[in-house]
Amino acid sequence: MSKIIITTGNYSAAYAAKAAKVDVVAAYPITPQTSIIEKISEFIERGEMKAEYIRVESEHSAMAACIGASVAGARAFTATSAHGLTLMHEMLHWASATRAPIVMAVVNRAMGPPWNIWSDHVDSLSQRDTGWMQFYAESNQEIFDTIIQAYRVAEDPEVKMPAMICSDAFILSHTSQPLEVLSEEEVEDFLPPYEPPFDITDVDHPVTHGNIVWPEPRGDASVGYMEFRYLMHQALLNAKRKIKEVTKEFEKKFGRNHGDLIEKYKVDDAEVAIVSMGALAAQAKYVVDLMREEGYRVGAIKLRVFRPFPDEEIREVAKRLKALVVADRNISYGYKGISATEIESALYQLEKRPIILNFIMGIGGRDVKPEDQRKMIEAAFNIIETGQLEKEAEWYGLVR
Amino acid sequence: MTILGLPEEEYVMSGNAACPGCGAILSLRHVLKALGKKTVLVIPACCTAVIQGLYPRSGIGVPVLNMAFEATGAAASGVVAALKARGKKDITVVGWAGDGGTADIGIQALSGAAERKTDFIYICYDNEAYMNTGIQRSGATPYGAITTTTPILGKKEHKKDMPMIMAAHHIPYVATATPGYPKDLYEKVRRAKEMKGEGTRYIHILSPCPPGWRYDSKLTIKMSKLAVETGLWILYEIDHGKFKLSGPSKRFLDPSKRKPVEEYLKLQGRFRGLTDKDIEEIQRWVDENWKNIAKMIETE
Amino acid sequence: MQSNTSILKKIPPTPLSKPAKGAMGKTGTWRTLKPVIDLNKCTKCGLCWLYCPEATITFTKEEGPKIDYVYCKGCGICAEECPAKAIEMVREF
Repeated sequence: MSKIIITTGNYSAAYAAKAAKVDVVAAYPITPQTSIIEKISEFIERGEMKAEYIRVESEHSAMAACIGASVAGARAFTATSAHGLTLMHEMLHWASATRAPIVMAVVNRAMGPPWNIWSDHVDSLSQRDTGWMQFYAESNQEIFDTIIQAYRVAEDPEVKMPAMICSDAFILSHTSQPLEVLSEEEVEDFLPPYEPPFDITDVDHPVTHGNIVWPEPRGDASVGYMEFRYLMHQALLNAKRKIKEVTKEFEKKFGRNHGDLIEKYKVDDAEVAIVSMGALAAQAKYVVDLMREEGYRVGAIKLRVFRPFPDEEIREVAKRLKALVVADRNISYGYKGISATEIESALYQLEKRPIILNFIMGIGGRDVKPEDQRKMIEAAFNIIETGQLEKEAEWYGLVR
Repeated sequence: MTILGLPEEEYVMSGNAACPGCGAILSLRHVLKALGKKTVLVIPACCTAVIQGLYPRSGIGVPVLNMAFEATGAAASGVVAALKARGKKDITVVGWAGDGGTADIGIQALSGAAERKTDFIYICYDNEAYMNTGIQRSGATPYGAITTTTPILGKKEHKKDMPMIMAAHHIPYVATATPGYPKDLYEKVRRAKEMKGEGTRYIHILSPCPPGWRYDSKLTIKMSKLAVETGLWILYEIDHGKFKLSGPSKRFLDPSKRKPVEEYLKLQGRFRGLTDKDIEEIQRWVDENWKNIAKMIETE
Repeated sequence: MQSNTSILKKIPPTPLSKPAKGAMGKTGTWRTLKPVIDLNKCTKCGLCWLYCPEATITFTKEEGPKIDYVYCKGCGICAEECPAKAIEMVREF
């Protein structure tokens, strides 16, 4: 039976790893992720969780160990933040190309220097092209539920790709909220036993994984390197379909739906919508409610999955809008917000596109209050009226 | 069936991509005879990554997980943990890495794995430079050797003492070997395999490399033996903390039995730039190493 | 989307190779010198088998050594190490 507790985002991730009955955890401490692995250590040492815990000497090793475990037949889990995640970068590519369905909790934190431990999405967004699925959660419950869902999607035979579940430092990681913890039995019903992409320990049928593949088909190789990369791409496209199926099934079973690739909130008759990722998506809905009471036709879109990118889903909503506010807790130096560029690229296909206002905000954990989101939305309504977009990307709240 | 006391079974496949006369593949051939079928190899970027040959064939007859350069110890830890979680007890996990992947870029993951008492064997085949990328200096390159990154002056520092670094981890077994003495190598791998369940076992194989050391490929066994006979490479075991000189090296504890280092050095093009002073320095280093060995034997 | 007969449906999702001879092709073509055994001189000691890096020499006590020339790279170790000097390296071209 499930139970309802009050707990932090980090502990929610730990409870999810336990509920998913992971076999191997390999992790290294880093603020603000650390309390996830502390809680897991506690579960294991108390005998409440039956998993092998490898207390590795770096995040790079954490991911390498997860890959080794994953192809040796174990469901693997890890957690990290910022510098730990970027140290893993090489191994993230290695994991996805191995088709190892590892699930990782990422607590988004700003990159140094200077040292800053607060929320910022540059760490995970810089991993965009590693082949990992990326989910961004708005609440502790969503962290828990998405970790369970992510295993189901990642381990699907048509996917077999790793997934990271991202949440904002402190705003979620260290903030307590009510959490329904599903029992291991309930989760077991939803999540079939782990099947590795191949079993490296099958000594009766030995295989070599990852020796040289030529650019072209050659000798008795019917394909070259490129074909294996295409299969990875196709697997992430398959994941789009699977995420929709799995979230539907999860809702049917457990009564909760956090959205699939995106979550739409009051967008049907809206003129303006605000696009957010992570915890600010929850606050955006609150702002939408307030503004709706005053008569604004405004809605909100939560970008729940960043890879595979929900291009069709965003086009479907955006084609009815006059303006889209894209709030990025990140910056691609020398250009603009990362999600804004992705959305713009998706909307290029449309004949009639909404105006896009990109706000770079909340960098390094700078507070973004409801009134800030409201100002961003108001700016969009002004532009609709005047028809004048002065700046494509605005650093919101910058001290000048 | 055995031949010369070694199993007939071959787990190194002919027609792989090793250079002619490769000491590494000869070593791996005997290592796998000792390990047998129930073995999983984790291999980082190194010569053996190429030696395996091209997809969809592999020149190695046991399961191989290729891994990034620095991650052998960590990936092996993952395989070991999964085997434990699944209750599979009869499989030996082995890291097989070059000297760069061991003494330089991979030392962190290896040290971590050893400190955690990871139940695996780590074997470094040491050809004394980054041979796969074309003979660049590594921490294991010997003093005076010309490499493509010490192209004119040669390396100015002595070789990093990896086996003793591993011994300082207080692991159950550390041994050195070289393919000129295949039976000695075979027995050491057998011994390491027997210690399954006791933690990390480390074997360091000096592995002659014809193109990298610049000698005729037919001389690999000669090079390997000369390294021992000059005392440059010392064969020993540290079994549960107990130091023991191995058979072929025993008599070289007596300095008068050692051949002058020059006999080894002059056969290799990589040492062509050595001055008399350099040779003296190498001889001094060898004699110093043996003094330390003698001290260890005395304190036993 | 590819058809069910597509080659992409037949390959593993990530490259898996199987142990086989000739992973780098017929490496005997690399050879410039070929080891030739004089079985009259051979004492069947097995050292050539022991030291062949490539496992291209098979050995039985009865028949002595046999070299697989399809893959032998001609390194010359067997000839160099043969105590009976029963192996000669012969120029092939």
